[in-house]
Parts: sequence; C-alpha cells; structure tokens
Amino acid sequence: MLNFIARRLINMVVLLVVVSFVGFFIIQLPPGSILDVQLSKMRALGGDISRDQMKAMAERYGINQPFTTRYYKWVSRSLQGDFGTSFATDQSVGDRIWGRLSISLGLSLFALLFTWLVSIPIGVYSATHRYTVPDYLVTLFQFIGLAIPGFLLALVMLIIATRYLNQQVGGLYSSEFQDAPMSIAKFRNLIEHVWIAVLVLALGATAGLTRVMRANLLDVLNMQYIQTARAKGLDEAVVIWKHAVRNAIHPLVASLGTLLPALVVGETLVAQVLSLPTIGPMYLDALRQQDMYLAGTILIMLSALLLIGNLVSDLLLAWVDPRVRLE
Amino acid sequence: MAVDAAKLPNTAHATEDVGTIPQWKLMVRRFRKSKLSVSGLILLIILYTLMLLSDFIAPYQHNRIDSNYAWAPPSQLGFANGKVVTYALKQTLDEVRFEWIYAPDLENPIPVEFFVQGYPYKFLGIIPSSLHLFGVPEGSQINLIGADKDGKDVFSRLLKGSQISLTLGFVGVLISVIIGSIVGTASGYFGGPIDNIIQRLIELLRSFPDIPLFLGLAAALPMGVPVEVRFFLITIIIAMIGWTGLAREVRAKVMAFRASDYTSAAIAAGGSHWHVITRHLIPNAMSHIIVVGTLAIPGAIGSETALSFLGLGILPPAVSWGVMLRDAQTIEAITNYPWMLLPVGVLIISVLSFYLLGDGIRDAVDPYA
Repeated sequence: MLNFIARRLINMVVLLVVVSFVGFFIIQLPPGSILDVQLSKMRALGGDISRDQMKAMAERYGINQPFTTRYYKWVSRSLQGDFGTSFATDQSVGDRIWGRLSISLGLSLFALLFTWLVSIPIGVYSATHRYTVPDYLVTLFQFIGLAIPGFLLALVMLIIATRYLNQQVGGLYSSEFQDAPMSIAKFRNLIEHVWIAVLVLALGATAGLTRVMRANLLDVLNMQYIQTARAKGLDEAVVIWKHAVRNAIHPLVASLGTLLPALVVGETLVAQVLSLPTIGPMYLDALRQQDMYLAGTILIMLSALLLIGNLVSDLLLAWVDPRVRLE
Repeated sequence: MAVDAAKLPNTAHATEDVGTIPQWKLMVRRFRKSKLSVSGLILLIILYTLMLLSDFIAPYQHNRIDSNYAWAPPSQLGFANGKVVTYALKQTLDEVRFEWIYAPDLENPIPVEFFVQGYPYKFLGIIPSSLHLFGVPEGSQINLIGADKDGKDVFSRLLKGSQISLTLGFVGVLISVIIGSIVGTASGYFGGPIDNIIQRLIELLRSFPDIPLFLGLAAALPMGVPVEVRFFLITIIIAMIGWTGLAREVRAKVMAFRASDYTSAAIAAGGSHWHVITRHLIPNAMSHIIVVGTLAIPGAIGSETALSFLGLGILPPAVSWGVMLRDAQTIEAITNYPWMLLPVGVLIISVLSFYLLGDGIRDAVDPYA
C-alpha cells in the first residue's frame, strides 16, 4: 500500500509540473505582451510612465527573456505564495482567488453530498425493481437530467423561487445581510439562497451516478455469491445492502475524485445565471479582460484540484478494493 | 402456460435464421426493436432536414432588424376567405412600465402566401434562389414564434442557428474520432515506448479540467476573423479536447484484438502491419468507435452552446442556439418573453435524440447477445 501511495504521489507531482508549464504557455497565448496591456492601461488612466517604471515592470515580468526564464520566475514566485498581480484590479491574484475558491468548494461539497445521498438509494431501488413503472420513470428522469443544461434549470428554479415561493434568490445573501457579521439569521439567509444552486449543480451528476449505480448493481446481482446468500436464507435487505451494494459501489468511489473538480468547474454557467461569487464567473471575466495571470492561476489551480481529486479517489479505491493495489 | 407454449415456436423461428442472414441485417433488426432509439433517429432526421432546408423555410434573414417589432409576440394565425391569414400588430406604449404592448388587429387579416420570393440565398450552398416556403406582403411581418429585442424573427434565427449548432458538434466529434482512432490504434497495436508516450500525453491533457481549458483556448482565439474561420477554430478546440477519451477506448479494444488468434495468424501468414490494422483491427473496433462517437456528439453540441452562451464561442452577427440564449439570461426576459427559451427546447430534443440513438446502436452492434 505504501509503495502504491508513493508511486501515485510522484506521478501527481510530475504531472503538476507539466500542467503548470502548459498553463503558463496558455497565459502567454493572447497577442501582445503583458507589458503592453499594462502600459496602455496606465496611459488610459492619464499617468505618464517613466523609463524606470517600465524597466522595473519589464524586469518583474521578464518580458525580454526567453520563455523558460519567464516560466521559472513565475513558478518560483508562485511557490512563495505570490501568484502575480491581477491587471484588472491591481490586487494580488492569491487574495482574489482564495475567497472564491472556498465558496466554490463549499457549494460543490454540498452538491456532492446531495448526489450521493440521492443517487445510491434511487439506483438501488431502480435495480432491484427492474422493468417496473418506477424504474422506467427513473430512467426517463435520468435522460432528461443528462439532457437539460444546468443553466436552464437554474433559470427555471429562479422563476419558481421568485414567483411561487416568494424568495429572494441570486447572490449568497440578501442585501441587509451582505456586510453583517455571521449570525444564525445570516446563516439561514445563506441556506435560503444556496439550496437552488446546490440542487441545480447536483442534478446532472445525480442522473449520471444513478445510471451507473443501477447498471453495476444489476451486474452484481447476477453473480453466484448473491444466489448463495439468498439460498442460505439471508434477509433480502442484508443481501442487497451488505453483499451486493458493497461490491457495486466501486465505480462510484472511483468517480468521486473527478466529480468534485467537475462540480467546481460545472458551476461556471450556473453561477453566471444565479450571480454567485464563485470561481467560475471570475475565470470568465479574467479571460474576457485578458487578465492572464489571474486566468492562468485559476486554470492551474483547477487542474491541481483535479489531480488531487484523482489521487484521493485512487487511494480510496485501493482501500475499498484490495485488487487495485497489485496493479 | 398456454401462452408460453404458443410463444415458444415463435421465438425459435425468430432466432433460427441468425446464422444465415448478414450481420448488418441482424443489427437493423435489433435496432428496430428499441422504440425509443428509433424515435431518436427519426427526430434527428427531421432536425437535420430542417437544417438543410433552413433558408427555404425561414421567412427572413436572421439579422433583419425591425424596431417596430421589438419583443413582438408570436403572430396569431387564422382562416379567412379560405386562406391562412395572420394579423397586423397594433403597437402601443405602456406609459407606466415603458414597454411596448402588442395587440393583433383582428379587423385587418393579412394573407399568408406560400412559395413567395424573399431574400436571396443559395439552396444547399450551391443553387442561387430567393424562393421561400411562406411569407407575408411587404409592410407587415410574420413571427411564428415571436421576435427578440431588435425585432429579429426568432423562427428564422432558430433555423439559421441550427446550421451552426447541429454541425459544429458533429464535425468536432468526427475529427476527434479520426484522431482518436489513429492514435488509439497505434498505441494499442505497437505498445512499448510508443504506447507509453501516447498514454502520458493523454494523461497530461486529461489533467486539465475540460471546460476551463476549453474557455482558455477559446479566449486565445483571434477576434474579428470571419465566421467560417471561427467556426473552424472552435471545432478544432472541441476535437482537441475530445479525442483523448476515444483514443483510450480504442486502445483497449485494439489491445484485446491484438492478442487474439486471428491476429497472430494474420501476422504469421506474412501480413504487414498496415494489412493487419486495416483489415482486422479497425473493422472489429469500428462498431465500438461508432457508438462512442455517437454518444460524444451531444456533449460537443452542449459545449458549443455553453461557449457561445458565455460569449466565447460563436459571436454575433453569426447565430447559434447558444448565441440566442444570451438574450434569455434574465428572469425578466423569460417571464415576459417566454419564446426566447425555445432554443433550449430544440437543444434538449437534439441532445436527447443523440443519446437515445447511441444507446440503440450500442445494443444493436452486438446482435448475437
């Protein structure tokens, strides 16, 4: 097991290095050097720029140096926690990202929890009651859940909430709580705003996982050890939940690591519609304004999240299924 | 029991000829058994036919602006003097909310004419024509499903938008299928260092989350290029991100076939790599490739819509369903002008149809099961 963890860790670190290299390359893709963007912005503000200032900036961004040197400078600064300065707001990139990334992660964790709590029981029910009316209904909802884009669902939920439930939606808090210190009332307000986002985020993933759960359980139920369990007179609930589900759940564990980053990423459109202050809309704005340090850092952060997620799910899988460790 | 006995010879008869009729007939037979998949196929045929005929069916050019018809509701249709008619709209200003209020002028029926002359276009991109399925005389306008904020006809835009929305995903997946098959086959067949390098490359590409990578690349595209060029570039991006999954699946299949006896026999008989790959491996993997490809198309269509919706994909004045949905982002737009949401309906239908079709093909390619 230790050997397995070590190998996976090394693999991840190597990938992370290459990913940051490619990410930095994408940062540099848009036409015009970073200096030009900065200069035109400062000129637009009316300030005249001295030669010394220009020199200092060229030095900082390594404009006249080869790609590898610039990459090295950027990475070594990033490792010290300095991700560069956002061109649009002149704030430190790190400060801007952390707050939003944590909101995104929080939302996604809730959505993940919802997905698992809903899709496992429904998948099990659908598999044990195959070809009955509820099973057909579940299958139908799965297809619809896969086909409806999340942002449309967000819009529909917005309409339902504002029209019929008389709720304020959009954003994280109502205006009166925006700057208030955290309290029980504020927390309740947060929940009222967030449940739509969680529901919308979770729906697509729930549809997919229910499908996987059903198919896996059907495979497992055909195995002989299930027949044995039934033949020796075990309670059907024990056969299903203790013997069958435990072996059918592996692919869900395997998808755990990719699901979390996918949720973080998938909220881009939903957050746009619900005007949530998460990482997705920020990434979009950064791209539109060619705020490339910000955009690049977010891209690499999300990739790192994906890699860490994959590592976690690999380890979890190795833990629940000993066969994996031998590969 | 009597029923069961009556059924038995019937099923025996149905399976009796399995060994004697060609495989593709068995596939068609199996495919037709699934009603859902057949209806998916029929819906797709209808959608793509409408797309091909879109210029003929659309009464107006997708960019035609008429401020007299801003947010005009769907035209009311009726019958008068044995003809299909529509009614002119009376536009009045709501002075409290500052919005146009439209009411059909029922006194003044306008005849809807069929096979009329309209804006010029090229039928199927080749034959110049200006014939349109229907239209109303100059001075009035027919909006079958309403108009948007500039008075552009949503029906015409929906048809025109399908030209991009339905082809971009399709072409993107086609390219990624070609790349994925070649790379996957090479990786699975030759193995060793080639396989290792390709697998590391795929692993690298897959460690980027796809939507952000997609957005990042799309943002790096040059602005101000012609629509066709942008269409092409976005297709390439979709293909570049999509081929990795397919390559992995093809590799797994090819590795399994590589180890089989008939491949060893072909190599022992002196078959070249090229011969073994094109004669034995690709044809065997083909059904699997088609299934994976079909199931990848809805994702690609969705990606294009999302990208355009976020303003990084197809840009106006070109129109796709995603571009149209940009106008349907707010609660006000949707509650007051619900017809703006229609692109979503068509999108869901096409995506669902591809899923159903792919599901049906997956079952059909293995007709002996």
